[in-house]
Amino acid sequence: MAKQYETVIGLEVHVELATKTKIFCSCSTEFGSAPNTHTCPVCTGMPGSLPVLNKQVVEYAAAIGLATNCQITQVCKFDRKNYFYPDNPQNYQISQLYLPIARNGYVEIEVGDMKKNVRIHEMHMEEDAGKLVHDEWDDTSLIDYNRSGVPLVEIVSEPDMRSADEVIAYLEKLRTIIQYLGASDCKLQEGSMRVDVNLSVREAGTEKFGTRTETKNLNSFKAITRAIEHERERQIELLEEGKTVTQDTRRWDDNKETSYAMRSKEDAQDYRYFPEPDLVPIVISDEWIAEIKARQPEFRSGKIERYKKEFDIPQYDAEIITNSRHMADIFEKASSICGKPKKVSNWLMVETMRLLKEHGMEPEEITFSPENLAKLVMLSESGTINSSVAKEVFEKIFENNVDPDKYVEENGLKTVNDEGELQKVLEKVIAENPQAVVDYKGGKEKALGALVGQTMKAMKGKANPGMVNQKLREMLK
Amino acid sequence: MEIKSMTAVELGKKIQAKEISAVEAVRASLAQIDKVEEQVHSFVTIDRAGTLQRAEEVQRQISDGTLTGPLAGVPVAVKDNMCTKGMLTTCSSKILGNFKPVFTAEAVRNLEKAGAVIIGKTNMDEFAMGSTTETSYFGVTRNPWNLEHVPGGSSGGSCAAVAAEECPYALGSDTGGSIRQPSSFCGVVGIKPTYGTVSRYGLIAYGSSLDQIGPVAKDVTDCAAILEAIASHDPKDSTSIARESYDFTGALRDDVKGMKIGIPQDYFIDGLDKEVKEHILRAAKVLEEKGAVVEEFDLSLVQYAIPAYYVIASAEASSNLARFDGVKYGYRTEEYEDLHNMYKKSRSEGFGAEVKRRIMLGSFVLSSGYYDAYYLKALRTKALIKQAFDRAFEKYDAILAPAAPTTAPRLGASLNDPLKMYLGDIYTISVNLAGLPGISIPVGTDSKGLPVGMQVIGSCFDEKKIFNIAYAYEQTGEYKRPALVQEGGRE
Repeated sequence: MAKQYETVIGLEVHVELATKTKIFCSCSTEFGSAPNTHTCPVCTGMPGSLPVLNKQVVEYAAAIGLATNCQITQVCKFDRKNYFYPDNPQNYQISQLYLPIARNGYVEIEVGDMKKNVRIHEMHMEEDAGKLVHDEWDDTSLIDYNRSGVPLVEIVSEPDMRSADEVIAYLEKLRTIIQYLGASDCKLQEGSMRVDVNLSVREAGTEKFGTRTETKNLNSFKAITRAIEHERERQIELLEEGKTVTQDTRRWDDNKETSYAMRSKEDAQDYRYFPEPDLVPIVISDEWIAEIKARQPEFRSGKIERYKKEFDIPQYDAEIITNSRHMADIFEKASSICGKPKKVSNWLMVETMRLLKEHGMEPEEITFSPENLAKLVMLSESGTINSSVAKEVFEKIFENNVDPDKYVEENGLKTVNDEGELQKVLEKVIAENPQAVVDYKGGKEKALGALVGQTMKAMKGKANPGMVNQKLREMLK
Repeated sequence: MEIKSMTAVELGKKIQAKEISAVEAVRASLAQIDKVEEQVHSFVTIDRAGTLQRAEEVQRQISDGTLTGPLAGVPVAVKDNMCTKGMLTTCSSKILGNFKPVFTAEAVRNLEKAGAVIIGKTNMDEFAMGSTTETSYFGVTRNPWNLEHVPGGSSGGSCAAVAAEECPYALGSDTGGSIRQPSSFCGVVGIKPTYGTVSRYGLIAYGSSLDQIGPVAKDVTDCAAILEAIASHDPKDSTSIARESYDFTGALRDDVKGMKIGIPQDYFIDGLDKEVKEHILRAAKVLEEKGAVVEEFDLSLVQYAIPAYYVIASAEASSNLARFDGVKYGYRTEEYEDLHNMYKKSRSEGFGAEVKRRIMLGSFVLSSGYYDAYYLKALRTKALIKQAFDRAFEKYDAILAPAAPTTAPRLGASLNDPLKMYLGDIYTISVNLAGLPGISIPVGTDSKGLPVGMQVIGSCFDEKKIFNIAYAYEQTGEYKRPALVQEGGRE
């Protein structure tokens, strides 16, 4: 019988914090500006420059630590990690090794019906490096230091995950928590969330961990899943062939769906960590922790329970809406304005999700206001517009955040409730479609639909379909 | 008195009184530089045109009453490891031989605000690593008292420039004695303030946890006035401290009655020169005669200061100097194959032997497997040394010590035996490890005619006590000039 293997996975997750300025200087953290426009002597490593810690970084990091059930290190310190590379202007990175800001936490994940805790070993603050741009035509490399000094936290989990599904559940949970805190937008594609996968396999039932590898360059959840499957199979294959897994760092190539070794443990660098002498220890008092705790938002699980009670919407709806704090905020506001939470929820779950997918957007990127969504719900509920017009108007709201009242008015989209006009059109439709009339009277219920359609078309969609239906039935009795 | 022979405060008074102009003051310095610089070589850069222009500007502000401070219009020389915007700042190293900073060090800016006129940048041991100013890429500085001897280091250029009267005062930096030891060798006064008193922003770091900027001048009064000008709480330097008081000149009283002064017995070691010892004991007697209570005591841990210092300072230096890699500024090798080859060649060619020695030493003590045995142990030793001083300061207002075990050695006598050179730092180093203030004042000359310096060490933030003691001692004698200057004066 073939051996059964268990996959053991731990993650190192880097998250770029959403501070306005960098971790050790007052340069902007804005993404996508012209190269080297957000730089100063500190973040370009000029001789004589000194770092000064951005307090907001500590607040965000502590908030994430508290939200992931970590112990906060109340006297924590920065250390220098020494290595030579041009993206790192000082040739050392200011990070934390000996006393990281948070330790010993966990997050609860749910995969199918199974719940489990993934433990967090530690979380530390550090600075990001600049970006190297290789000019292949010219055979030179250029450096953009805009990203140099952008604050990061690195969250290191214990090797508690056993499958790609668990990994994704953990990452989604982490991402939701951090987004709810407003501490980062956590976009994998843009690199504001970066995931390194440490993976090993062992024979099912054994205690001892196998040799692990670390896989980098994973830019989407799909890539993470594929890389995990691939690495698991690669390691099992090696073991089955009687070979050993070497402890190396691998780079995932998502196009080729394969990974290759970047470096092995033998040429692992000695980073010569030591306490950063240019920064003083950070003292996080009980009062400060209490303040940070008091500012913590209501998290997803709390919202789900409250939505079910307060807004009387199903678990399923609540889960989808609260997956994004931004969407949840829209839901709450729109619902309180129009008083129809289930209707608001439907717009978010169906049309909004469809349009997001179509545009390749994340819920965080929704630009329409809850006010306009609430207005649309009210227009629709009062019968001022019919459902197909409502869908059309919603698309405009989604794209340009238009005011639906104005839009309906300006484009003459109100449902025609004038029975006289409807009567005329219906008479005309009945006269022009004798076959359908015969079919309907002969018992073909479907034929009525065709007549309703013709009527709606003739009225340019502005008729009230319920009313059309009812009228037609009466007239064809 | 000639302008060049005045102290900074004397000259500043005459400038305020409109008896001397800032331009005349600068001209006097430049004239003396013309006379002696070829022999002494205190400077890496002399900014003749810039300094005259600046003197004119400052004079206008003095004339219209904007600048009224004691240092307004007085020329100053700045050690070449402090950034001066647009002016070469080399750390006396080939690797920064072409480096012009984009900003000015906070301490220098404070001086500029006070109306100081920078005449140039002084020579030093490369990256402040050395005790003789012989490791400079730009050539040695000679001791104005005897040109065959070293001026000490690493602030040898600053101290020689003041002794040779090329400028009334200068800024130095002190990581393990780099202000106090050359001040002692050159017969001038230099103070290393309490760590955190003067901003390190813009000081090119050697050992970040030990580095402090401080004044070098002809007398204690100048040092107090200069320290008042340069000290500040700087939010750009996280290790800068907001002190309760920045008054130092208030301590200049000729009264030490009842002050308790300790002399560590364990400082009287084998390596201490007999003449130096006699001078220190004689100076102690002078203070005793003035009413101070002087007694010997056991400081302990003295022998551990040097190894702890060389581990900590080298470790920090190995990291601090990593940024000099040929990528962004400074020297880059002419020909190279790839990135790592470029790093290797630029750094091999750009750094001198002593700097390389300390980078290697520092990298070693931080490397995995050795960190605990060396670096951590050194940090613990540092804490114990601090405790030993704290205990001493429970009993004493100040501690007296030599600034160095000998007077200035001959040129070339030190570098071939680095271990011996490191042992010469025994009296200054523990003061940096404990973050304390220490001042060196001249207390006479030895039989070779070389100056002997005495160190007065205070508890943290107790600069006023050591200024008080140093000032009181200073009142018992005249400031002595080297022959080089006296000859110049006769012309």
